Amino acid sequence: MLAPSSRERLIVIGNGMAGCRAVEEILARDPDRYAITIFGAEAHVNYNRIMLSPVLAGEKSFEDIVINDLCWYADNEIELITSDPVVAIDREAKTVRSQHGKVIAYDRLLIATGSDPFIIPVPGKDLPGVITFRDMTDVDAMLSAAASGGDAVVIGGGLLGLEAAHGLTLRGMKVTVIHLMDTLMERQLDEAAGWLLKSALETRGQTILTGANTEAIYGDGKVEGVRLKDGREIPASIVVMAVGIRPNVALARDAGLAIGRGIHVDDHMVTSDPAILAVGECVEHDGTVYGLVAPLWEMCRALADGVTSKPSGYKGSVTSTKLKVAGLDVFSAGDFSGGDGAEDIVLRDASRGVYKRVIVRDDKVVGAVLYGDTGDGGWYFDLLKKGEDVSAIRDALIFGQAFASGGGALVDPKAAVAALSDDAEICGCNGVSKAKVVGCIEAGAHTLDAVRTSCKASASCGSCTGLVENLLALTMGDEYAGERVAKTMCKCTSFSHDEVRRQIIEQGLKEIPQVMQALTWSTPDGCASCRPALNYYLLCAWPGRYIDDQQSRFVNERMHANIQKDGTYSVVPRMWGGLTNPTELRAIADVVEKYDAPMVKVTGGQRLDIFGIKKEDLPAVWADLNAAGMVSGHAYGKALRTVKTCVGSEWCRFGTQDSTGLGVKLERAFWGSWMPHKFKMAVSGCPRNCAEATIKDFGVICVDSGYELHIGGNGGITVRVTDLLCKVATEQEAIHIAAAFVQLYREEARYLERTAPWIERVGLAYVKERVVDDTVHRDELAARFWVAQSFSQDDPWAERAEGAERHLHQRLGEVRPRAGATAQAAIQSPEGVMV
Amino acid sequence: MSEYWVAEWLDMGAIADIPLRGARTVRMADGQEVAFFRTAGNHVYALENSCPHKKGPLSQGIVHGTSVTCPLHNWVIDLKTGEAEGADEGCTPTIPLRIDGGRIMIRRADAMGKAA
Repeated sequence: MLAPSSRERLIVIGNGMAGCRAVEEILARDPDRYAITIFGAEAHVNYNRIMLSPVLAGEKSFEDIVINDLCWYADNEIELITSDPVVAIDREAKTVRSQHGKVIAYDRLLIATGSDPFIIPVPGKDLPGVITFRDMTDVDAMLSAAASGGDAVVIGGGLLGLEAAHGLTLRGMKVTVIHLMDTLMERQLDEAAGWLLKSALETRGQTILTGANTEAIYGDGKVEGVRLKDGREIPASIVVMAVGIRPNVALARDAGLAIGRGIHVDDHMVTSDPAILAVGECVEHDGTVYGLVAPLWEMCRALADGVTSKPSGYKGSVTSTKLKVAGLDVFSAGDFSGGDGAEDIVLRDASRGVYKRVIVRDDKVVGAVLYGDTGDGGWYFDLLKKGEDVSAIRDALIFGQAFASGGGALVDPKAAVAALSDDAEICGCNGVSKAKVVGCIEAGAHTLDAVRTSCKASASCGSCTGLVENLLALTMGDEYAGERVAKTMCKCTSFSHDEVRRQIIEQGLKEIPQVMQALTWSTPDGCASCRPALNYYLLCAWPGRYIDDQQSRFVNERMHANIQKDGTYSVVPRMWGGLTNPTELRAIADVVEKYDAPMVKVTGGQRLDIFGIKKEDLPAVWADLNAAGMVSGHAYGKALRTVKTCVGSEWCRFGTQDSTGLGVKLERAFWGSWMPHKFKMAVSGCPRNCAEATIKDFGVICVDSGYELHIGGNGGITVRVTDLLCKVATEQEAIHIAAAFVQLYREEARYLERTAPWIERVGLAYVKERVVDDTVHRDELAARFWVAQSFSQDDPWAERAEGAERHLHQRLGEVRPRAGATAQAAIQSPEGVMV
Repeated sequence: MSEYWVAEWLDMGAIADIPLRGARTVRMADGQEVAFFRTAGNHVYALENSCPHKKGPLSQGIVHGTSVTCPLHNWVIDLKTGEAEGADEGCTPTIPLRIDGGRIMIRRADAMGKAA
């Protein structure tokens, strides 16, 4: 054994996971080569930083997470200097200087300074009570705050933030997580998995605010709460800042080493100075900075190989994340952004709360996101790292290793079902085994419905319908030809519109990702047909609670104007019952001139349509129209369009009732209501029917003795004259029945189905029964309509004119050539020059 | 001359300023509109803001998976290639981009467009 004095001197800056692991790896290869000194900024021996979460959660003590105790340092003749960090490196003299002035010489120096928590630069960031989540000191601070209970805010919905939130929740605090992005852990999870995680955490008592931008931390002398950019204030006695980490490169920078985002190292972890190495979260290798443990270990191995003269070289790491937050299993690996040539394979098991998505490109697994069941994460990660060709097992890949490894025969879904054991559970909701289903089929249940009636399999959530169909086919052979006649909503699902709506109500599904999970959607985020439909169904089912998803709206409803073939918009302000006045007309004339609208036209619904408005001018146009008292005319919406009227008894010598007055009342009552499709009304003052009420969705014909109510008319491609629904004596009755009718249509018609085909489909008798004869249910329908209306009569134009959703109307930026120099460009954005 | 003037890649804006499953546009030096799409998977693509069918503004369409449905006549355009999907035939030019620290960069030559 070499005497310590004759060994090379190795100084390690950083007593963390990377620094100590590197030392362990070196000792394992050549224990006698170096005399080692380790500097640590913290007072502790080396501990497992990723286990701080269980310490916070009370599942482990500090002693449990120590990696190397003092004996290890002594046994290996390592000098440990704690609480005295290195403050300078002198590369000429090959020495380091500590805070307390200690100067020590080195032959090789290893920088393992790790990373620092990133503090967002908001007012109040320095208030007492603002804590990061990086080391034992932070954990101690959180524990002492939690001891007195109260509210905590965690800023950052990434891995670290969620672990902090979980720990604080277990310690009895009421926790709100504020996350800037729309999806939790967006770097590790896709939208669907992020949503599942969010809803699970919410059921565990945390409040999760996504898309939430912190404006300030407020408080007098200490933290009292967090204010968001949208004005919301969340009280808190502590704020945990967990938005991310940043490589700690200060020492390296001061020493003049090459740095980028981290300290530049080569494949052997050598920096731009051959005597200095660096490893861990503080380095940048081949353009990448790592924040996970697995790459650290790989780096340490390469480093140790290099400094003990058996260079192997680090080739970068493919990382995966597997974690458990509040008992929730999450796994992700590789690229799940769905890039070039990528195909998604999605499996959702609603009853078990499982979401699996494997991304395949060129017959190779390139990414995976698993939620709820992460058992096969390691297998997918293995396939990914090895780049194995998975074409042979592609169809069974998503079912996991045990299934796919069976190979050929199991790939056919029918064969897969055949391979299930007799006691395998087919229907999770009703606990029906394969043997029971097969028994029912053999006993004569030869259709899906018959199976559902006899053993309840697939009778609840329906997500095992495919399995039951396969069992029918398997048991009956060629006699079973399939039977699902109801058209599915779109290619993303095997459910029909009606089934989806029924499940939304029965299962209490409240958000689009929840519907997609519960009803086992085959795509991660739906398509352009199902998303607007789901958005409407949820809006209709949960008035006042459902938050409209702008990205699931067709362009016209998102922009609150009608897109034209040249990409400009047309704007139709509401004119109640077709009435107008000089103020409104002047305002419209002014808008036409001010915004250079090339055309104004009187519409078929008795309105004025202003054409050729640019999307960036829309909010200003609306502000001008609002100022004259006009609101959105919804000429763009699957909503109440117009109530067309004739002049009625007030002027017309044939008029029997005040048709304009009733028209205005109807329009005031029904505007703003979202429907399955556009909805038009009209009121004619006599049977001459000048308002063309008999080709409207709901038409009123006034007669001497009262009002005839007509439904289901259409003047479109196929002209359909209305059916007479009933006759009533008063305006109040007419409005009441209209409300019940509209609500029945809203609740039961399929998205994009006008009243005419809907009534043809369900029959006039059915509608009459529901909104005329069955008065109890009619009143309930009407009551539900008015509840919905109480949330829908805010003018969307006014909100936009005041600045809501500004990004929809503004360009991200503009490239402008500088005058006189075509090769130069400045990029302007609404926020100013950006380059 | 500052480094800025010789920069090969120009900053178009932050990914975070584009809504998830949405798009924003930038007007290039030659007046051409380029649409920047952000998918649910947080991937960003740049295409001319013009459907190969009738020049509809693709940025206003519904983004699903890595496709966008044109708001005018429901053509579905593959964001990765610009090609129309299904039975429709046509292609919208794509613009190569790279992401740097959450910012979207495109080549100077592409930003200058036909005016360069």
